[in-house]
Amino acid sequence: MIYSFLLAIAVLGLSILISLPLGKWMFKMMCPAPDLMGPAHRKVEGFFHKVIGRAAEADQNWKQYTVSLLIFNTIMFVVVTGVLAFQQFLPLNPDGQKAIEGSLIFNTVTSFVTNTNLQHYSGESTLSYFSQLFGIMWLQFVSAATGLAAVTAASRWLGGSRERNNFYLDMCRATFLVILPVAAIGATLLVLCGLPMTFDGAAVVHTLEGAVQTIARGPVAVEVIIKQLGTNGGGFFGPNSTHPLENVGFYSNIIECISLVIIPIGCVWMFGMITKHRKHALVIFAVMTVLCLVKLGCAITFESEPAVALHDLPVAEASNLEGKELRLGAGASPLWAVFTTCTSNGSVNSMHCSLNPLTGLIPLVGMWFNITFGGIGVGFLGLFTYIIVGVFICGMMVGRTPEYLGKKVETREMKYALPALLMHPLCILGGMAIFCLIPAWGRDTVLNPGFHGFTEMLYEFTSSSANNGSGFEGLGDNTVPWNIACGLVMLIGRFIPIIFQLAICGSLFAKKEVPETVGTLKTDTALFGVVIGGTVVFIGALLFLPVAVLGPIAEYLTTLVH
Amino acid sequence: MNMTTNISGAIRTAVLSILLCCVVYTLVIWAIAQLFVPNTANGSLVKNEAGEYVGSRQVAQEFTQDKYFHSRPSAADYNGAGAVGSNLTPTSPKITERAREIIKKYGATAGNLIPADMVTASGSGLDPHITLAAAKFQAPRVAKARGISEAELEKIIASQVEYPGGVMRNEPIVNVLMLNLALDRKR
Repeated sequence: MIYSFLLAIAVLGLSILISLPLGKWMFKMMCPAPDLMGPAHRKVEGFFHKVIGRAAEADQNWKQYTVSLLIFNTIMFVVVTGVLAFQQFLPLNPDGQKAIEGSLIFNTVTSFVTNTNLQHYSGESTLSYFSQLFGIMWLQFVSAATGLAAVTAASRWLGGSRERNNFYLDMCRATFLVILPVAAIGATLLVLCGLPMTFDGAAVVHTLEGAVQTIARGPVAVEVIIKQLGTNGGGFFGPNSTHPLENVGFYSNIIECISLVIIPIGCVWMFGMITKHRKHALVIFAVMTVLCLVKLGCAITFESEPAVALHDLPVAEASNLEGKELRLGAGASPLWAVFTTCTSNGSVNSMHCSLNPLTGLIPLVGMWFNITFGGIGVGFLGLFTYIIVGVFICGMMVGRTPEYLGKKVETREMKYALPALLMHPLCILGGMAIFCLIPAWGRDTVLNPGFHGFTEMLYEFTSSSANNGSGFEGLGDNTVPWNIACGLVMLIGRFIPIIFQLAICGSLFAKKEVPETVGTLKTDTALFGVVIGGTVVFIGALLFLPVAVLGPIAEYLTTLVH
Repeated sequence: MNMTTNISGAIRTAVLSILLCCVVYTLVIWAIAQLFVPNTANGSLVKNEAGEYVGSRQVAQEFTQDKYFHSRPSAADYNGAGAVGSNLTPTSPKITERAREIIKKYGATAGNLIPADMVTASGSGLDPHITLAAAKFQAPRVAKARGISEAELEKIIASQVEYPGGVMRNEPIVNVLMLNLALDRKR
């Protein structure tokens, strides 16, 4: 177990080290200072202006920015619906994938537009290479870029920057100058590790014992890296990075693991640089890291226990190996389970449904918070909502108007913060209530009966609302009720918070700056960190305590009886 | 900015991103892969001595005969085009049931414990490895079926051992297909 901890610390440490220069690069690319740009950079910016056309000239306020964001996301939705709906007529389909059912198309497109990547299908048996590349992978790039653009604009408003805000320019910068170069480096490394990258159809071989085996393959490497980097999570193959061709060994696993968190952490540094509140960003980073470390410790400890079902059988003592792959090593799976739900990624390298009961609680907690690094950009914006609420509570306690970064937080901001915050529990708990009441929608679709079945459903709604996309895959989720319910929850979970968070930033930007006094709650102190951490834990977790008890905790308690 | 300009900006951005992210990026990485690592880039396929493809080094296949080492249990029935895990909770009686059958098949006892990887289904159903302990556990059966000494077999196993992560002290593992191919070559 000690080596599992060492591995976790090493991977987290390495990720933070990489995120430092990356954050700086992101800042330079997203907010280019006209007088500091090199000639090449100037040319690229000019190119973006030329491609976007007249739309690039506007300086957008938060409302105009949000409208452009929604227009672009609508186009994403329309294009990929077309790609998936007509895949049987499109090229690059060597394995002859058939037409896809309507509600599954809706669910899949929604899932990838919202950066969730919940998959109610299995890639190798449903999608053509064309759909994988021009549908799924394209959305993985641009939905991540949407988040990065949003957090950049939000940071400019919060920092009172007079720089121009233009959604399309930000999109181009995020996609082509930040995400694409990192993806290209990562994809090259993964290809060298041994991931497939071919346009040939599945290989058919005769095994040593003479059976016929069909081995699915394809342009795997390019998609795997962006699914990791873009907090997307939707894999090429059904079992995601558990599949040996999607995650070929120990080192590809490390690369993919680091890719889970570097851009989300980089967003925090970038926020500090744009707002010129670097120490404040450091405090935010510390809060996120502490929460992440606590989850890592719990997950690794719980998962080192053997599977209860093998108790009393002549089986050698080992950690729980159900749903795990040997080449990745013992500590790799709990580490990944925490990282993938710290961020809103949702890729997996073991079957979360087969995690020990208490370990299964940790990814759930991660998604309930959804901010300990969080999705690209939107994770930071999620924490920003907690900050506004935390600052407000503190202000009430000392009896003065709360302030954040020199701006007064007043009724309007709180009115915006509450729906952004409460949409998450409402979607999860509301959805659970409905699906528990209708057995044909809920109970009849679970694989494992009892408390674990409850957790399977809880995980599905949590993952949808958190725009995560991992799953307790025992759930038979490719049904019309699940496809539509999860689709709606993903849309609400993505766009309602983004709109309100941008609204808060826009509203604060319009206010006059108030001078700092002795009574001001300083945002760059440990005390502030404790306040934010407390707000996250109390508001984020308490709401979900009852369902946690009904699901994973109850299942754990039954194991004590044996 | 009016709506037409707005939508035209969105479409232009979308087209550029499709060109660069889906076409250019994919082709560049594909070219690198096919140029430098063509074998793994095409799925790590392996040939037998006769030069026929017999599987992928990365994908488990089913072995039932005594003379071969057996792979881990597979919820996917070793279907390389339909990977899936069991998704059973570790408290599930179905795991106990499955383990009992396997234990009976291999004749494990309290004095001869079966390694846990042999009674648990892998996440993809295609885990190409077993632990070194599982290979040693199966060695007597394979040695008997092939009529070779266990010492000789141990040597072949030792030539196939991998240590994932080196210093991280993970359980040593063996690739089942490569081990069985090595055995067939010895014949």
